[in-house]
Amino acid sequence: MPAVPTVEATMLGKLDWSAIPFDQPIPLVAGAVVLVAILGVLIWVVVKGHLPYLWHEWITSVDHKRIGVMYILLASVMLLRGGSDAIMMRIQQAVAYQSQGYLPPEHYNQIFSAHGTIMIFFVAMPFVIGLMNLVVPLQLGVRDVAFPTLNSVGFWLTATGALLVNLSLVIGEFARTGWLAFPPLSELSYSPGVGVDYYAWSLQISGVGTLVAGINLVTTVLKLRTKGMNYLRMPMFCWTTLASNLLIVAAFPILTATLAMLLLDRYLGFHFFTNEAGGNVMMFMNLIWAWGHPEVYILVLPAFGIFSEVVSTFSGKALFGYRSMVLATMAICVISFMVWLHHFFTMGAGPDVNAIFGIASMIIAIPTGVKIYNWLFTMYGGRIRFATPMLWSVGFMVTFIIGGLTGVLLAVPPADFMLHNSMFLVAHFHNVIIGGVLFGAFAGFEYWFPKAFGFRLDERWGKAAFWFTFLGFFVTFIPLYVAGMLGMTRRMQHYDVAAWRPWMIVAAFGMAVLTIGVICQILQLVVSIRNREALRDRTGDPWDGRSLEWATSSPPPVFNFAFNPDVRGEDAYWDMKARARQQSLEHDAPEYRDIEMPRNSPTGFVCAFFATIMGFALIWHIWWMVILGGLGAFATFVVFAWRDHDEYVIPAEEVARIDRVNLEERRSLVSMAGAI
Amino acid sequence: MSMTATAGRARADPHHIGVVIEHPGPASKRIVTAYGFWVFLLSDIVMFSCFFAAYAVLSGQTAGGPKGSEIFEQGNVAIETVCLLLSSFTCGMASIAADVRNRFWFYLGMAVTCVLGVIFLVIEFREFADLVARGYGPSRSAFLTAFFSLVGCHGLHVTAGVLWLLTMMAQVFAKGFRADVLRRMMCFALFWHALDIIWVGVFSVVYLLGSGV
Repeated sequence: MPAVPTVEATMLGKLDWSAIPFDQPIPLVAGAVVLVAILGVLIWVVVKGHLPYLWHEWITSVDHKRIGVMYILLASVMLLRGGSDAIMMRIQQAVAYQSQGYLPPEHYNQIFSAHGTIMIFFVAMPFVIGLMNLVVPLQLGVRDVAFPTLNSVGFWLTATGALLVNLSLVIGEFARTGWLAFPPLSELSYSPGVGVDYYAWSLQISGVGTLVAGINLVTTVLKLRTKGMNYLRMPMFCWTTLASNLLIVAAFPILTATLAMLLLDRYLGFHFFTNEAGGNVMMFMNLIWAWGHPEVYILVLPAFGIFSEVVSTFSGKALFGYRSMVLATMAICVISFMVWLHHFFTMGAGPDVNAIFGIASMIIAIPTGVKIYNWLFTMYGGRIRFATPMLWSVGFMVTFIIGGLTGVLLAVPPADFMLHNSMFLVAHFHNVIIGGVLFGAFAGFEYWFPKAFGFRLDERWGKAAFWFTFLGFFVTFIPLYVAGMLGMTRRMQHYDVAAWRPWMIVAAFGMAVLTIGVICQILQLVVSIRNREALRDRTGDPWDGRSLEWATSSPPPVFNFAFNPDVRGEDAYWDMKARARQQSLEHDAPEYRDIEMPRNSPTGFVCAFFATIMGFALIWHIWWMVILGGLGAFATFVVFAWRDHDEYVIPAEEVARIDRVNLEERRSLVSMAGAI
Repeated sequence: MSMTATAGRARADPHHIGVVIEHPGPASKRIVTAYGFWVFLLSDIVMFSCFFAAYAVLSGQTAGGPKGSEIFEQGNVAIETVCLLLSSFTCGMASIAADVRNRFWFYLGMAVTCVLGVIFLVIEFREFADLVARGYGPSRSAFLTAFFSLVGCHGLHVTAGVLWLLTMMAQVFAKGFRADVLRRMMCFALFWHALDIIWVGVFSVVYLLGSGV
């Protein structure tokens, strides 16, 4: 007979005062600083009377542009958190030669686990999803995504996941298992604490959010396009968004299922991945990487789309080889599901299996190469403007090619046997993720910032940020390649090999340069906000753009376009501008109509509130609270389903009033360009 | 004149594939909703495929415990299957009733669907409870782990479906056959039919193949 649980155990589950790490100053101080910062911001918001504005205009907003901005804000804040983890790790490895360094092993292990988890799930994912949310409906010439309220739910669930990960800093602990929580280490017998539960539940909750975003964007691209926007007229970013979100829809359920299995093992004594009773550890590797490899492309494909837009705009030319680019994108989309085993060649699947997956991994480099050449040929013969987004794009091409080549090297199974789990691997995936995804995110940020906020970012600070980040990246990660070649394995809390030490010190120095890059970026934002009047974008087309997002004002009105644009070919807006110059089409007096827009809704926020309660309760085994959270979430949906008015009408006069201001600016721009 | 026409065609068809079908613009709400829900269903099926794969990997790992043929009762499974397939039919009837806005047949169809779903769940619950009582719970072996998870995952989906079904009936009662209610009804019907398809997989892979081992 099991013992009758005490009142405390019923009410609080595993939670007690020992969960707060009073003996560990670093997380406690960091947590306190974050808490003070959050409280400070909250107090400022309330005292200044911004709360109603925040609630009505942002928190309950179902506008895809606002949700996109909030995604990017979340990603930026989490980038600082993940970056702090990276700084701590680099310092630790620089000093922990023949000593314990300053981070105890259990803390160091949490840091590298949190760093990977945060950077992938709460920086890279929200950043690219935010950019897709912000831009894709504009590029397709439509008023919103397919499911605006679900969009808000998706964002807030992602934020819930991020909140839970950060909560683990001060209440309990985070996983010490690495960012993918491999069993049997992540099983209850080896990780009895709540760390893995924090990891798994925050990813389950944010995973639902990501899936919702994926379904939403797939449906948006496939079913909501303006008149004449045939598939082969879509901007490249829409294509990569489609590919990336198809991958989300096909891959994220695998992550959900795999983590569910791990949680069943941990909570109910199942035997999916245990050492006992016939569990199969390698099944976890196969399942998690069947999600994990497509995930790499979920992140990098949108970045490829951003580079396509930026390179074409700043070269003043149509994208070279548009169709081959589409084909390459969709080829990557499919092949990305056929290479997962290269993450564990050392499993011992035998030479035949390893050879097949090795070759598949090399094949996927071909469409990527096609893309690189397309960008280069787009630049060739173009009138190139080296604005900040273009710098990030060119920097990407250099960096990504190096990362791609080391990837092809790792795709050779015998080489992989030598380099598996070494610092060489760490350097490789940072080379492609920072050089590809992060540079892409920054390029997109600089490129579309004027669209989102109505003013450009300061170029001088932007260029400084680029150069520090670009150089800092190489100073940090090239030494890691060398250390890997010298036999250094990843995730080492300390080491005794003298030959590695100089490289670790150089890498730490590189980290300092990277940090300066981040500071420049923050300063860029501050300076630009200060000088926003001088940097104001009045026409809505600050870069002489080619796609439809530049055909409306900056920031766009809530309805995006007064009329559904009529698309006649590729590079829709470029085409319109050319025709307007020839035939002065834009001088016709348009006839405005009423526009129906979806009403704002707190559903997403309330739903995430209950999901947070439920997730926290599940982590700490507080069962009554789990039920409460579940009921709350269901009730929220029923209340949402019961509402009678889900849309409101913007009258034609209002549409006309908003649109005319921008139309005047745009006309003067077109006529000026025509005069030249 | 012909020059402009050629230029226009060249712009509309820059790659000379011959046929240009102009995209007519955004689809209707009904199509968008159904399409999105289809995409969700596909993702759900991907999730099930993981549990199917885990079952395929672990089905031989009995760890000295019972094999499938020793614990599966085909009579029960037959009744479950009949219930679920019939419920798909009645759900279809309810959908038709909703389309022609006939409340009586809608409520009747949904109620019968609900009863059949609940019968299915009761039988499944009794099967699970019986196995656990005999010491063959999911912790006994990796095979039973995979069995309980796959079948239980489907059962959880049916439970959620029943909850949704009751909510739909309440919605029609309170709001009538409004356009958004009809769209939700369409999604519910898709969901319910998809669960049937998954059950056919569970029935074949788990119970039919398992009984032979």
